[in-house]
Amino acid sequence: MDTVNKAVVTVLGRDTTGIIAKVSAVLYKHDANILDITQTVLSGMFSMVMIVDLRGSDFTVLADDLSAVGTSLGLQVRIQRNEIFDAMHRI
Amino acid sequence: MINTSDILQTVRMIADEKLDIRTITMGISLYSCADPDPERMAAKIYDRITKQAENLVKTGEALEREYGIPIVNKRISVTPVSLISAASGDPLRAALAMDAAARETGVNFIGGYTALVQKGMTASDRKLIDSLPEALSRTERVCASVNVASTRAGIDMDAVRLCGTAVKAIAEATKDTDASGCMKLVIFSNAVEDNPFMAGAFHGPGEGDCCINVGISGPGVVKRALELEARDAPFDQVAETIKRTAFKITRVGQLIAKEASARLGVPFGIVDLSLAPTPAMGDSVAHILEEMGLEVCGCAGTTAALALLNDAVKKGGIMASGHVGGLSGAFIPVSEDIGMINAAASGALSIEKLEAMTCVCSVGLDMIAVPGDTSASTIAAIIADEAAIGMINGKTTAVRLIPAPGKNVGDEVEFGGLFGRAPVMRVSPYSAERFIARGGRIPAPLQSLRN
Repeated sequence: MDTVNKAVVTVLGRDTTGIIAKVSAVLYKHDANILDITQTVLSGMFSMVMIVDLRGSDFTVLADDLSAVGTSLGLQVRIQRNEIFDAMHRI
Repeated sequence: MINTSDILQTVRMIADEKLDIRTITMGISLYSCADPDPERMAAKIYDRITKQAENLVKTGEALEREYGIPIVNKRISVTPVSLISAASGDPLRAALAMDAAARETGVNFIGGYTALVQKGMTASDRKLIDSLPEALSRTERVCASVNVASTRAGIDMDAVRLCGTAVKAIAEATKDTDASGCMKLVIFSNAVEDNPFMAGAFHGPGEGDCCINVGISGPGVVKRALELEARDAPFDQVAETIKRTAFKITRVGQLIAKEASARLGVPFGIVDLSLAPTPAMGDSVAHILEEMGLEVCGCAGTTAALALLNDAVKKGGIMASGHVGGLSGAFIPVSEDIGMINAAASGALSIEKLEAMTCVCSVGLDMIAVPGDTSASTIAAIIADEAAIGMINGKTTAVRLIPAPGKNVGDEVEFGGLFGRAPVMRVSPYSAERFIARGGRIPAPLQSLRN
């Protein structure tokens, strides 16, 4: 898989209904493919990490849409290119 | 695939522990801009900088967005101006052109209003030093530096005296803003040619046409790592924890530097492995030292703690980057570090202790407010002391003092933003007037018999 277009979406905050649905809907709208999801709820705190393949999507518009969803749900939603995690955690 | 806890650690470092890239600095050579006509020189400087750095800020912002890490400053450094203005004899015109170019490109600072005078001064160097009060009061974003000493050349005490006088004159010229002009002048011993940090950045005479240097940060990340992994543990574990953390931080710096260099089509210069504090809570070098077990920064043990920190940061970072350079180490600017501010305000931290600390860490007496009536000769003598530490120990040292007009010990100077605030610190009331009046050069030190 071409790593150049991989990104990581992280969602952190208080658990509520519809988080995965709404975040996934934005990704679907932008034609970004979800490769992996990990999600946990610990004492009411929701945390989710998604690895996505951006394919042809416009990073800036997608990032704006994700952060808008985050605001509407009262959560922090971030998208970052995969390379920053590789750089920090792989020698 | 990277695991979830690593991903969340990175997110936490950025969101909660203030990990950021402190600066992307584009070094630009101005050699092609020398011209006997001051107007033509200024036009060439403006054109050269605005063309070369046209996309710098835009590219920095795009990287910030895509990698999700703040890039606090986008800056430019240029060839020491005294070399370029020698032909026209008008350094001030160059400063004004640099300021205009900085505004046009959107960078917050441009460094390189510089003279390298460790061995002696040319007429052009002297003009530049004499012009500092006007240059720094009439421009907004221009930063200046003077290198007055080196291990190989000794200390140019004539230049030291002129710099002491210049600091006082800059304070007077910018007295309406608490001597803010003094924040933009650094006086060095063993200045480095590829430093991306302001106010002392310049694009050294041995550099190429253009390059990208990146300065990293992250005191908050180091402190948190020590809390989690090495609380009350032996120093071996403290050093290991700092090294591991510095490695991660530096890898981000390297990634951003390589990417910026590729997108701008400019060679990658260096990553500067520095722990640069800000006045924000949780972004303090002093608090790292306190986490090691000191009641307050400045008490006995501070120098040893800082020596460990400085060395471990370098050891951890060095393998994470292809080219390490600049000032690389822990910075201890008083006004820009909430822990240092508190330590100085409570009287736990003195200038004399800071001087000792500069023997084992990056740079020197940085962002320290002193009483407004401190004489030019005392300031020059402080510069000479600091230059001597750099010269003898083969390291970079620097002085950035702010003699705050009308203020005295117990008062505070508010600089705002990243510059923070500085409690006015006590300086020795005894005179070095006759010492400074001598002039001449302190010879270069012996490189053997190192005792």
